[in-house]
Amino acid sequence: MDELNNVQAEPEVVDTEVPLDKNVRLMSPTRMVVRRFFRSKLSILGLIMVISLFLFSFVGPLIYTEWGEIELDESGKTEYAISETTYTVGGQEYTVRQTTEKYLKDNFLAPASAEHLLGTDNEGYDIFVRLMYGGRISLTVSFIAVFLITILGVILGGIAGYFGGWIDNLIMRVCDVLMCLPGVPILLIISTILDASDIDAKYRIYLLMIYLTFISWTGTARLVRGQILSLREQEYMVAAEAMGYSTSRKIFKHLIPNVMPQLIVQMSLSLGSMILYEATLSYLNLGVKAPYAAWGSMINIISTNQDILQNHLNVWVPAGVCIVIAVLGFNFVGDGLRDALDPKARR
Amino acid sequence: MFKYIAKRIAYSILILLGVSMIIYFLIRLMPVDFIQDKINAINQGGATVSEETVNAMYEMYGLGDNSFSGILSGYFTWLGALAQFDLGTSFVYGIPVAQVIVEHMGISFAIALIATIFEFMIAIPLGITAATHQYSFRDYVVTVLVMIGISLPSFFFGQMLKSVFALKLGWFPVSGLVDATASYTGIQLLWDYARHCFIPILTIVILSVGARMRMTRANMLEVLNSDYIRTARAKGLKEKVVINKHAFRNTLIPLVTSMAGLLPSLFSGAIITEQVFDLPGIGNIALDAMNRGDIPFIMGYNMFLAMLSVLGVLLADLMYGIVDPRVKLE
Repeated sequence: MDELNNVQAEPEVVDTEVPLDKNVRLMSPTRMVVRRFFRSKLSILGLIMVISLFLFSFVGPLIYTEWGEIELDESGKTEYAISETTYTVGGQEYTVRQTTEKYLKDNFLAPASAEHLLGTDNEGYDIFVRLMYGGRISLTVSFIAVFLITILGVILGGIAGYFGGWIDNLIMRVCDVLMCLPGVPILLIISTILDASDIDAKYRIYLLMIYLTFISWTGTARLVRGQILSLREQEYMVAAEAMGYSTSRKIFKHLIPNVMPQLIVQMSLSLGSMILYEATLSYLNLGVKAPYAAWGSMINIISTNQDILQNHLNVWVPAGVCIVIAVLGFNFVGDGLRDALDPKARR
Repeated sequence: MFKYIAKRIAYSILILLGVSMIIYFLIRLMPVDFIQDKINAINQGGATVSEETVNAMYEMYGLGDNSFSGILSGYFTWLGALAQFDLGTSFVYGIPVAQVIVEHMGISFAIALIATIFEFMIAIPLGITAATHQYSFRDYVVTVLVMIGISLPSFFFGQMLKSVFALKLGWFPVSGLVDATASYTGIQLLWDYARHCFIPILTIVILSVGARMRMTRANMLEVLNSDYIRTARAKGLKEKVVINKHAFRNTLIPLVTSMAGLLPSLFSGAIITEQVFDLPGIGNIALDAMNRGDIPFIMGYNMFLAMLSVLGVLLADLMYGIVDPRVKLE
């Protein structure tokens, strides 16, 4: 039964002389999915976007070591301020022009140059380098969150769907409650609690995202439960029952693998939304705090400084572009996977 | 029907109880001296939090007593006040929280309502053309465009629009709801509102149109594959009639249902968009209050949001039974 399920025949030119099995090309479902995935240009584009961001954030800082994440450019900067004052002495007008030369320690808001590929921000940090470190945080945090959400969702959804009865009822009611919790406002409360307990700025965002997983597993759990409810009634599960397989074998070898396709799609799509979540939290100054970099907090500067918003696009636009590339990439990949894994699609 | 509605309402109250427990215990996790620090900070910031307000809050939430029975009795005291719609007094504003919410939710609702109307008006035709021309060039372009819309972070896109249309081109005011230097009345005031709200609404529409369009497309595709559409085509009806009369009506079922579910959430306020454009909506007010540690407001606002979403689920379910005669509410 398993053997038959794993092979798919694709007829080619039929030659009656040669035996049938020599004439058809066997393809495993996995290969078919891969082929369908790479047939879509958008999926390939998404994959390229995601991979290049990964290389940029994780390999980039190893290659480009001119500046560090929290290394200020202290090469100094001279600011000129010109002021004019007009005096009237005995009917004669005199204009005094005064130029003030100010030496500043940090080279902040420098334009893009060979030294600073994207210039420096209002503190004097190198923007290009901070983009790479911000990407590290964003991608790591999102992966951890999605991983935890999936584990929690599969376990709780699996238990609810397989056992049914009161335990299913209990888990689903908890789901209902959690789904009515407002997302960002609750995280604002949690962030205030973290403020109160003096967490290191570096680990804050991790804790925040772990809290986030506790209220976000409901979607995955519902998906897994729904799938298991329908799979449970199928003949092969009756057969598994008749063979006297243990419960764990039935769940982990027969049910979970069949939920995998939907789960993978869900994971890649929620990676995109987690990156958005992290960016929003950092933008609201709740996530990664100074001096460490995050894409969201690099944009946060402009909410208080309109000069940068208008005149120093190099400070905040690159971070936004990175967020869009990341989210769009994961969404394209997720969409491509959904189409590729759909058993009804035969294109 | 009435039995069903009564059952659903009782169930919604149970969910709200669960939500209130979570929110209450989250607040209880805050150390009391931290709350005192925040109150001091508010006092230094100009506003005065009267001793009376603080004491009333301590009493209302039962703060300070950290034994198990203390927490439990604190929860029930708070719940009792909540049942009478008493959300406490805001530290920052000095007036009851419920009053702050009511005062500011109107502007949020107006913006959200206009944005939602545009969203549906754009998303439905786009979704239908994408579905009827599946896998065509048109479908491809629409799908990619809305995907970009879904992937944009609201704060980044809002600031981009602000930077281009308000600061560079100067077509629209930068922030706020009214021009503070001019005193308009009547039609001029309305025009001023419209000019201030244009970019925020544009931001919301572009970001949210994608999800609605994809929903319409998926529904339409499902309907187009059903038997009665094949029958309609076999009868020799024009394609236009098949799509606009037979298919479209059934595509509307989930759309109308989701619209009913959406209605309460329009009052909740768009925190980020309102912050970017500095609009005095409930979202922006809440963000400000939360940054300043206004605990009664945080709790009140969270309960308010939870009530709205419970109401949304309830309305969507009831609506589903009304628009789709195949569904029997029991």
